[in-house]
Amino acid sequence: MKTSQNIASQQSSVFSGESLLLLALKMRTFIALFLILAFFTFMVPGFLAASSVVIMVKHIAINAFLALGITFVIITAGIDLSIGAILGFCGMVAGWLITKGIVLPMFGIAIFPSVWLIVPIVLVIGGLIGAVNGILITRYNVAPFICTLGTMYIVRGASMLLSGGETFTGLSGNEQLGNTGFELIGSAKLLGLPYAIWMMFILAGVIAYIAKRTQFGRHVFAIGDNEHSAELSGVKVRSVKVWVYTISGFCAAIAGIVVSSQLVASHPATGVSFEMNAIAAVVLGGTSLAGGRGTIMGTLIGAFVIGILADGLVMMGVSEFWQMVIKGVVIILAVIIDQKQSRLQHKAAIVQQK
Amino acid sequence: MSQANADIVIRTEKISMIYPGTIALNEVDYRVYRGKVNVIIGENGAGKSTLMKILAGVQQPSKGSIYLNDEAVSFQHTRDAAAKGIGMVHQELNLFGNLTVAENIFLGREKQHGLMPLDTAEQHRVTAELMARLDQDIAPSELLSNLKVGQQQLIEIAKALADEADVLILDEPTSALSKTEVELLFKVIRDLTAQGVSIIYISHRLEELMAIGDHITILRDGNFQSEAEVKDIDVPWIVREMLGSDPVSNFLKPGRKFGEPVLDVKNIKLINEMGLTLVDDVSMDVKSGEIVGVYGLMGAGRTELMECLLGLQEYSGDVEIAGHKVSAKMDTSERIKLGICLVPEDRKKNGIFPISSVSNNMTISSLWRRLKHRFSIDEKAETEAVTSAIGDLSIKVSSPDIEIRALSGGNQQKVVIGRTLLTSPKVLLLDEPTRGIDIGAKGDVFNMMVKLSEQGIGVLFSTSDLKEIMAVSDRILVMSGGKLTANILRSEATESALVSASAQGL
Repeated sequence: MKTSQNIASQQSSVFSGESLLLLALKMRTFIALFLILAFFTFMVPGFLAASSVVIMVKHIAINAFLALGITFVIITAGIDLSIGAILGFCGMVAGWLITKGIVLPMFGIAIFPSVWLIVPIVLVIGGLIGAVNGILITRYNVAPFICTLGTMYIVRGASMLLSGGETFTGLSGNEQLGNTGFELIGSAKLLGLPYAIWMMFILAGVIAYIAKRTQFGRHVFAIGDNEHSAELSGVKVRSVKVWVYTISGFCAAIAGIVVSSQLVASHPATGVSFEMNAIAAVVLGGTSLAGGRGTIMGTLIGAFVIGILADGLVMMGVSEFWQMVIKGVVIILAVIIDQKQSRLQHKAAIVQQK
Repeated sequence: MSQANADIVIRTEKISMIYPGTIALNEVDYRVYRGKVNVIIGENGAGKSTLMKILAGVQQPSKGSIYLNDEAVSFQHTRDAAAKGIGMVHQELNLFGNLTVAENIFLGREKQHGLMPLDTAEQHRVTAELMARLDQDIAPSELLSNLKVGQQQLIEIAKALADEADVLILDEPTSALSKTEVELLFKVIRDLTAQGVSIIYISHRLEELMAIGDHITILRDGNFQSEAEVKDIDVPWIVREMLGSDPVSNFLKPGRKFGEPVLDVKNIKLINEMGLTLVDDVSMDVKSGEIVGVYGLMGAGRTELMECLLGLQEYSGDVEIAGHKVSAKMDTSERIKLGICLVPEDRKKNGIFPISSVSNNMTISSLWRRLKHRFSIDEKAETEAVTSAIGDLSIKVSSPDIEIRALSGGNQQKVVIGRTLLTSPKVLLLDEPTRGIDIGAKGDVFNMMVKLSEQGIGVLFSTSDLKEIMAVSDRILVMSGGKLTANILRSEATESALVSASAQGL
């Protein structure tokens, strides 16, 4: 009796306007992506030509690396403002290692490591900076916003100090020193697509797997939902948080390597305010800044929406100033819709429960 | 008759409060005597808070009338009650640490007109007068957070007095106070009654009531039970009137067998940052298959004891879980793997993950038990575990993917219990497991505790309800002021012995 009633009420609600609206809201990032694509295809001739799409996705990949990395941080209800600076710093470290090598003054020599060594070193450095963030936040109770604001300045300053504000150029290395090949990361292609695009999809896959299928992923969501409960349930809140910031720093390092390899140069001011684009992508993707809610797929789509919007507006010839205004409006709209969805979803859940 | 009426400030006639499904108050005639300390007592759910909320204008009664100085009154809002001179000091302090004493007292009714600045001088003058009346040496400009808890309680009283309260309702005012602070409060209460203020005093601490009360009124199950002069009665009389002589229901079958101790605790001591001893040298054990109830008042240290056992506090002392020695530094997740688990008291704050699904809420503590290649979560095993737990605990849920906040309190509690069971515990700690859930769900929770104990799990639960503790415990521990004051078999326990043990040292 009861079950038949349940089924009946579920069936009727599937077709009701409210549940359709809820479905639309849940799929909103997809819908937004589709609408934006349709709009620009109509407005910009040749917008969907293979070559321009590849260039666009290459741009998107940089933001996607950062956004994928910061998604876990935001799901734990934290924030990481230092990723743009880490990106710049990691590019500078790579540039330093290629052009100047590791100088050992006591022996009067410099060691030039190969690219196969440089890339892991830089990735570890990015991860370590993230870990420092995590330790400051968990051990000394510094609010994530303030802590990463501080490290943002420190790291940015450090990258300026590395070169005295100069750009490291000629990162393609020197055959005699055996450190060539760095520029291939940015320019080489596999099956017609640049490495960066493959890397973006692989990273998204790995992070989505961690989120869904590992203890760590579940713990991240639990901490964002209710930290007290998480602690009581045996989640090692501190260590999970340190790892979350480490992942964020690691992903920023990937982005740093890709950017400096694409430019075959590293400039200390690279990546200024990139963190804001990353946060925007995450929020557009439906991750709540209050924590506990979010998906990796959403973040990836969010990065696409931001990237296509930016490049599309450029191709349409919209002024840079208007681009900023439009991006801001889109972000605020996304959050308003997000609030609406979570209320509706709650209501729907209660109805379904009854 | 007229002489008697002159002594009575407030009189209620056949006051009833009816909620859908329950009657919180049933035609209660209640009297408050002028210039006296009117004590009101009853078990949890006896209707004291409801009655007080009606008198203070927080709620409106379904039926009946209130007479203030023989004049019929009705309060639509706390402001109406305050205007008539009835002030209430709630159990939880409603004060702001970042404001000064004077700002706290005048919050929401600041001395200020139009665009003029605040009349700070006038506020400070009135505050200083109030402090003089309470015989306190507290500067009006002092920041509230610099005051001790006992002093903050007095600020709450001053707030009510600033409204020229004639009748002051104090809801468990001593639950957070130390012994010296209680004495200070009592002195203030006596001064106030000497000034003609009538006090209504709610407390569970019988000793205190005997010390401060003039008149006592006892409510039981929403009904008026009895009324007396405190000087004519004693503690056993109060307990009798409070609990009645109905036989206590018993969930336990006779001839229960226990095994080896699964939890062995020696000399646990917990001192908080402010230097207060919250758990004081507690030693006890729980055997496999045994249900041990911890009875005590709010602040007796029950929650803190459980937090120590789970490694959430920095304590000193020895703990053994299922025969394994546990160092004080061992963290919660390691302890859970040894077989101890906690269902916390405050479900909203510490229990559930509100926007996560029922399924994720249930498995979060035991993910390590269902891994493929020791790494990835085995989703099939997870679904099976969740489905069987939902069935075992008869949780009413349309789908395990629904957000837990859509469930009723009782069902949420069952999900939290399910989470602990999926870890296959040897010791289950339940902190006030029946708080805020309805009677039917309470019975379910008790039956489940018995079932689990029959499977060999040692159960340690806490409650501040005497009937509950008598209903499901094999053995009863009583805590008071952080100390263990009694450790008795249920068959040998009497209610008045438990009540007096729970008030020891206060």
